[in-house]
This record gives sequence, structure tokens and C-alpha cells, in this order.
Amino acid sequence: MKDWPLYEVFIRSKAGLHHRHVGSLHAADDTMAIEHARDVYCRRNEGVSIWVVKSDDIVANDPAESDALFNPAENKVYRHPTFYDLPDNVKHM
Amino acid sequence: MDNLKEKAFQDKIDQDTRIEPKDWMPENYRKALIRQISQHAHSEIVGMLPEGNWVTRAPNLRRKVALLAKVQDEAGHGLYLYAAAETLGVSRDDLIDQLHTGKAKYSSIFNYPTISWADMGTIGWLVDGAAIMNQVPLCRCSYGPYARAMVRVCKEESFHQRQGYEILLTLSRGTEAQKQMLQDSVNRWWWPSLMMFGPSDSDSPHSAQSMAWKIKRFSNDELRQRFVDACVDQARILGVTLPDPDLKWNEERGHYDFGEIDWDEFWQVVKGHGPCNKDRIETRVKAYEDGAWVREAATAYAEKQAKRKEKVA
Ligand SMILES: [Fe+2]
Ligand SMILES: [Fe+2]
Repeated sequence: MKDWPLYEVFIRSKAGLHHRHVGSLHAADDTMAIEHARDVYCRRNEGVSIWVVKSDDIVANDPAESDALFNPAENKVYRHPTFYDLPDNVKHM
Repeated sequence: MDNLKEKAFQDKIDQDTRIEPKDWMPENYRKALIRQISQHAHSEIVGMLPEGNWVTRAPNLRRKVALLAKVQDEAGHGLYLYAAAETLGVSRDDLIDQLHTGKAKYSSIFNYPTISWADMGTIGWLVDGAAIMNQVPLCRCSYGPYARAMVRVCKEESFHQRQGYEILLTLSRGTEAQKQMLQDSVNRWWWPSLMMFGPSDSDSPHSAQSMAWKIKRFSNDELRQRFVDACVDQARILGVTLPDPDLKWNEERGHYDFGEIDWDEFWQVVKGHGPCNKDRIETRVKAYEDGAWVREAATAYAEKQAKRKEKVA
């Protein structure tokens, strides 16, 4: 049999937190994907909310080109608070 | 070109940077991982069968719900692991086919029969115990999806071992017949559990490379020794004798010495001649085939729903 589509599963573990990728599973359709995600990834109250998305629908950057993508951020130290020198007697900043 | 890539890859491993699915990796690393992760997944799936044997005959409801939950966890472990293997470019269908046609291996421990209720306790204590010993270091494996799957698995395993040990504790405080059942069970499972760590380092062909790639962090013999050291006190509390006349504390090594494992038996079971090899695969294939109509119905329903949606849109 041909495999059912692959879904990626994201779980919010409690209100106030981000959904987080926990793994993947196969399902015939979206509804089954949610049901399987509950059974496979939430057997012990691990979640209060589930997102599933077909793996094919995820757009990702090419890791071979990640240098070009991420390196420009490396030499911009002035984007961090520690770049700025202030005397010790300046408080609450 | 590939040499340069391979060097960069090994550097990453040496610096403990995790490898992720789309990163470049040597073909042999990919192959070794597919082999190990899929064998691991198959072991979880086949591992449900010896215990499934006792679900309907658990002595009370408390034991029954615990055993059911444990077996269900093992199914979950199999699924996390199949998903991790698939990130390396194999299909689920192929993996399952390899198991059902006998091409793929799974842990030889599951080819032993479960003939008494005490075996449910012993499996939790020794078999899950040995699995934990093997799996904890895998949480730091160099391949990200495998390591993450192992973190989930390890969180769940400790309940498995404790529920098994509790079954044995109850038997150890019971009647003479119950104590005998406990001892008999430990006698049968002790040596096969030690075999779960695999051949000795000198006979383990893939070990050195797996260590260099940080798929494995400790050798088979090292983990086996830790397991023996941990079990001795636990056995004492149960009042059972571990069936090994050579088992004794070695002051100099700071470890327990133990007897020689029957490697002929190990290889016999690995090659398919254990007491239950045939039965396990037959049961597995039958379950898969009996479920075919459910999968077909779900596929047909999904297609129908998709068509209906198209019409509306
Ligand atoms: Fe497991
Ligand atoms: Fe387990």
C-alpha cells in the first residue's frame, strides 16, 4: 500500500507557550492526523492544542545555503545591548 | 569534494553539533542510521506481542490498565522511531515490508515466550531495564531526530520498569508458589536480557565506526556491565537469585564479575531459530493484514471528502 501523507505535529504544552514541533506521523486526512497526534504525542497530558500540517506544505531554506542566509547577522554586534558602554552608576538600564 | 565534505561532517560531530535531516552526510552514516533506527522501531513493535499475550489475563484491573498503557507506549515508541527513520529517506511501507518478510532484524529478546504472569514483571524489570540502559545515551546521539525521539521514549520507560518491578515485589511477598514463579521467571530471562546489549566489543563489527560518528556513546560491554551492577541489589530486595554461579563482586575492578554468555544461543535466535521467531512474525503479519480493510476504508473516505471539498470550492 502507498503510504498516507506525512504530517508534522506541533503541540502547545500549556496556555501561554508556543506550539512546538514534536514529530511526524502518517494519516489519511487532516481529521485523522489530529486524532493520531493525540494518541501518539499526547498520552500524558502533554498538550492543550495541536497543529498538524502536511510535510509537503512546509517551505524550508536550503541548509547548503545557510551561510549566505545567516552570516549577515553575525557582524552586527551593535544590535545587542552589551555593545553600548555605560558607567556603572547608571541604574535600571 | 566528498573528502572535504566528509571532513567538515566529522568536525561537526566532534564538536557535538547535531546532524539534521537535510544536512549533508556520508552515505554510510545514513545507511548505518537507517539500519539502527529501523531495527529499534521493529523491536518496539514486536515487543508488544509477548506482553499482549497477558493483557486479557492480568490478575486484576490495576495490573490490566498498567499493562495496556505500557503496551500502548511501545506502539508509540515504534511510531516515533519509524518517523525518525523516514527523515533519512526511507518509506514507512518499505520498512514494514522488511520486517514482515524477515529481511529486517529486531531485538532477539522478543523471541522468547511469556509463559507465566511473573514474566510481565520480569520483562518490565530486566528487559525494559536493559532497554533504558541502552537508550539513555542515545538521547545524545549525533542525529537530531533520533536523539529527540529517544528523549520522549526515555521519559516513558521508567514507568515500564517500575510497574514490572512492582509486580515482582508483590510476588516476592506472596505464597511459596508465587515466589517460585518469580524465581523461575528470572532464571529464564536473566541471560537473554544480558544478550540485549549485543555481542562483545571484539565481535561487534559496526561498533567502532558508530562510536566515531557518536551514534553510540558507550560500548556494548560497558553498558552490559552497568546493567549487571545495577541489577544485583534490585535482585536482593526481591529475594531472588540471579542464575549465574560466577556472579561476584570484584573489589579491584569495582564491578561485579559475571559468567560467560552463551553466544551460540544468541546467534541462533538472531538467525531466526529462537523459540518464537516464526510465531512473532506470523502474528505481526496477520494483524497487519486483518487491518487492511480499515486502511482501505480510511483512504476511500479521505478521497471522497477531498472530492466533495473540490466541488464546493
Ligand atoms: Fe519502548
Ligand atoms: Fe518499555
